Amino acid sequence: MRGQEPFDDTGPTSVLVQKAEPAFPDPVGKTLPNKRDARPGSWRRALGRDWQLYTLAVLPLAFFVIFRYVPMLGNIIAFRKYEPGGSLFGETWVGLRYVKMFLADPSFWNVFTNTLVLGTLTLLFCFPLPIVLALLLNEVRNSKVKRFLQSVSYLPHFLSVVIVAGLVMQLVSIDGPVNQLVKALGGEPTAFIQKPEWFRTIFVSSEVWQTVGWGTILYLAALTTIDEQLYEAARMDGAGRWRQIWHVTLPGIRPTAVTLLILNIGTFMTIGFEKVLLLYNPLTYPTADVITTFLYRMGVESSNLSYAAAIGLFEALVGVVLIVSANLISRRAVGTSLW
Amino acid sequence: MVTLDRTRGYRVFQGINAVILTGVVIVTLYPFVNIVARSFSEERYIVGGQVNLVPRGFNIETYKLVVSDPMFWTNYRNTVVYTVVATAIAMFLTTCYAYVLSKKHLRGRTVLIWVAVFTMIFSGGLIPNYVLVNSLGLTDTIWSVVLPNAISVFNLLVMKTFFEGLPRDLEEAAAIDGLNTYGVLWRIVLPLSKAVIATMVLFYAVSFWNSWFTAFLYLNDGDLFPVTIYLRNLIAGATGAEAAGAGLAEASAAAANIQAVTIMLTVLPILAVYPFVQRYFVSGVMLGAVKG
Repeated sequence: MRGQEPFDDTGPTSVLVQKAEPAFPDPVGKTLPNKRDARPGSWRRALGRDWQLYTLAVLPLAFFVIFRYVPMLGNIIAFRKYEPGGSLFGETWVGLRYVKMFLADPSFWNVFTNTLVLGTLTLLFCFPLPIVLALLLNEVRNSKVKRFLQSVSYLPHFLSVVIVAGLVMQLVSIDGPVNQLVKALGGEPTAFIQKPEWFRTIFVSSEVWQTVGWGTILYLAALTTIDEQLYEAARMDGAGRWRQIWHVTLPGIRPTAVTLLILNIGTFMTIGFEKVLLLYNPLTYPTADVITTFLYRMGVESSNLSYAAAIGLFEALVGVVLIVSANLISRRAVGTSLW
Repeated sequence: MVTLDRTRGYRVFQGINAVILTGVVIVTLYPFVNIVARSFSEERYIVGGQVNLVPRGFNIETYKLVVSDPMFWTNYRNTVVYTVVATAIAMFLTTCYAYVLSKKHLRGRTVLIWVAVFTMIFSGGLIPNYVLVNSLGLTDTIWSVVLPNAISVFNLLVMKTFFEGLPRDLEEAAAIDGLNTYGVLWRIVLPLSKAVIATMVLFYAVSFWNSWFTAFLYLNDGDLFPVTIYLRNLIAGATGAEAAGAGLAEASAAAANIQAVTIMLTVLPILAVYPFVQRYFVSGVMLGAVKG
């Protein structure tokens, strides 16, 4: 049906190429170049026709190259000794020295474990809770009340992580509301922020507080697209509310849920490190220190940049493996994928 | 047949739902109420653990104290400047690239898209970025804050999707009338895209307003700090003192007071504009989710 649309005649030669364009939208550019484009000379033709468009891409491309791709190559310093003030790409090859070094470093394995535990806990709470909240919000019949509830629950998303950390510190401080409650219940006030055994609870709660409300948006949108007739049919078949949710609502939001799960898994390794950096202190390192905060201290504070880069590269590669396999599994299992 | 909405079970559910959602509202808003109460309280009540929902020993001395710190205002002004400059740069780059990517006939478009999307999957990482910014000599300049995160790929894709949805006829007519590509973008496309531009400006502005880590990494001069770093240093100072166990009562109480006020003053602009801009954010997220 899109083939019926007028061609995009930006120049006299464009019709040829236009005809060969695929007739479906191509959101992330999965389309392979077609045969006509591969003909020699077509680049010159494209440049002649669209050179002004290409000039618009120059500065953004420069940004991507300088601030995204050069740092990617800069990871080479994981295998080359970097001297402060020296070359961006290091001075001399040292092979796997830094990789072996961090693999043999017990502190690394501690932060690795902490990252996995914090990431898993965060995923366990921050992924399903928005679905639950969205389902509950969806049952609110009064639209004004519903809008109010949405506005309130989205609010924490807009706060700087520094402010959230500040709020958390005040809430759990020795004189804060949490300890007031503890005292009221007859307990001893605790300096929670200094206790390694409390860090994970504090971190995950604050993450839930900040992200769950905003996380409902896409689910609420998906819920409105579910065909009312499906519910009608389910009722005809004698399905109660729970069965309707199980058989109609949940399948209806599955693509959204899978997409968000893949995205969550993609950020698993670096999750919330800025907040960790703000909330932790040497006393809570045993549970709070994660890979990114560790490599920050190693690299930026102690200037072991090559060592830290080796750890960072490891972290990024694990992240890629996670997101690619999550994408693959979901494509095979439920037919939804990011690309 | 009685519709199930009227059953007793459903009414019970509605009751429970109301209780849960009220709980959500309370839990979400409570930290703000508490911080307001603390910011207006006398420090001895805070230390005594007596400040909860309402201020005790109401005063505005702490506000006067924080407001009288010239560094606070310097850093606040820096936040405003960084946000404006970074948002302007980001909007320029994002708009240009999104427009290019929205042209489906363009040769090399797939590559151009993957150049951007690949950076979402794999990023260079903290250390190489740090080394790069240092080598470029950007440390302790505004550019270290406004350049490294100039394009958000998410925003880029949102804008691209929007541009793709615009009717082509107008652009074609303008091209026939002799406007070149820049003219079409500036005079035809952008005026049609006010909604998405407003959304993108807000997305970028909020993220730059809230950011602190880039500044934390690359700025050493206190005169250049954004207000988030000012606040961060207050908080870190407080935990540092507590962790060291030194002068616990005295030091942390004064800090708690000042922290509360600084948090209030930092969060106020966000709270003030939030009710008016919230819907743009929601629509922006929807636009970005078209694919998903």
